[in-house]
Amino acid sequence: MIEALVIENLALERGGRLLFSGLSLELPAGRAAALVGRNGAGKTSLLRAIAGLVPLAEGAVRFGSLDAVDARAEHIHLAGHQDGQKPARTAWEELAFWARWSGASETAAREAAARLELTRLLDLEVRRLSAGQRRRLSLARLLAAPRALWLLDEPLSPLDADWRARFGEIMGEHLAGGGMIVAAVHDPLPIPALTVEIGETAP
Amino acid sequence: MSRAMALLSREAALAWGRGGGPMVSLAFYAGVATLLPLATGPEPARLAAIAPGAAWVALALAALLSLDRLFERDYEDGALDLLTLSSVPLEIACAIKCLGQWLATAAPLAFAAPVAAIALGAKPHLAPLIFACALMGGLAFAFVGGIGAALSLGARRGGLLTAVIVLPLFVPPVIFGGGALDSFAGGLPWKAGFALLAAYAAAAVALGPIAMAAACRNALS
Repeated sequence: MIEALVIENLALERGGRLLFSGLSLELPAGRAAALVGRNGAGKTSLLRAIAGLVPLAEGAVRFGSLDAVDARAEHIHLAGHQDGQKPARTAWEELAFWARWSGASETAAREAAARLELTRLLDLEVRRLSAGQRRRLSLARLLAAPRALWLLDEPLSPLDADWRARFGEIMGEHLAGGGMIVAAVHDPLPIPALTVEIGETAP
Repeated sequence: MSRAMALLSREAALAWGRGGGPMVSLAFYAGVATLLPLATGPEPARLAAIAPGAAWVALALAALLSLDRLFERDYEDGALDLLTLSSVPLEIACAIKCLGQWLATAAPLAFAAPVAAIALGAKPHLAPLIFACALMGGLAFAFVGGIGAALSLGARRGGLLTAVIVLPLFVPPVIFGGGALDSFAGGLPWKAGFALLAAYAAAAVALGPIAMAAACRNALS
């Protein structure tokens, strides 16, 4: 379990351009942070930097007492627009694979699909799903394999009002269970969250 | 282990879908076996002499055809991001991807290669060695090709870049395997050539994934 996500004096660069610098954040277990900022401010880059995909120009990211490599291998979920789901494969094949790759059983994947009301869609090819259904399919992986830290890139954007509320409940349960959420958003999250402005500190 | 098996079956299925499978390789060799006599002239003696070599070249080209999709799609659709967030090291994931590619594309080609060579007039007793060379060569092509595919990630016209990077690395296995087949057909010692081919494949399997994972990390960052 990760006790806290700690970001210290972080600076990120993309393509030689400084996105932001001096970002510090301490997120204890059970709390959520909403990253807000204009397009291109570096919200997605920050999520990818926490996931270890983007090198840090300056500063540090710590996962409580856990080693960063272990934390990224077993304790982080990353979910965004690029969901890695292949259009020609069926929804079940994709969910089952990504759930297993995250260490979950097939039973857990089926339960997650039922929770997100995907069961009757599982035989369809991913290309036949609507944008909202496809997003729910990629979020089902988060329910199937419990991991402490969810990094979500615009998680609610393709969802309808009903599903936004229901995913809000799911996020609330995740926090109540000691989890953490860092989400890049343009609309407010339906859960209490610490707002972090990205890009304000850039010169 | 179950994660690795899940990835292997997914990769084999994806490779099958993007140009693998028995029908595609059969069609490929049918094309070679049909066009080659038309291009070189139909004298049986000449055809028989070049048949094993033609099967080799066809194998290398078929391997090249399916390579540019090996990492490119996963890179574009975010699958590569998610593959890194696992207790399975990216090096192992890259090796599994190449293995899936080999199972779905090179293995069917290896079964078809002796048939095509014999149809062109090669001696039937060459068939087992052609099969073994194609299987081993396919392994080398998949793992060496994976390096090229990973290095050209994110580049415009990545397929062309992959071919340029990979072709020089395809030369040694073609020489070793072709040499072994030539020697065997001529009644000369052939084991050295085959052993060199196997050694090249082993080196590609051992070192290729390290280079691929480094290239993928670089492309993602």
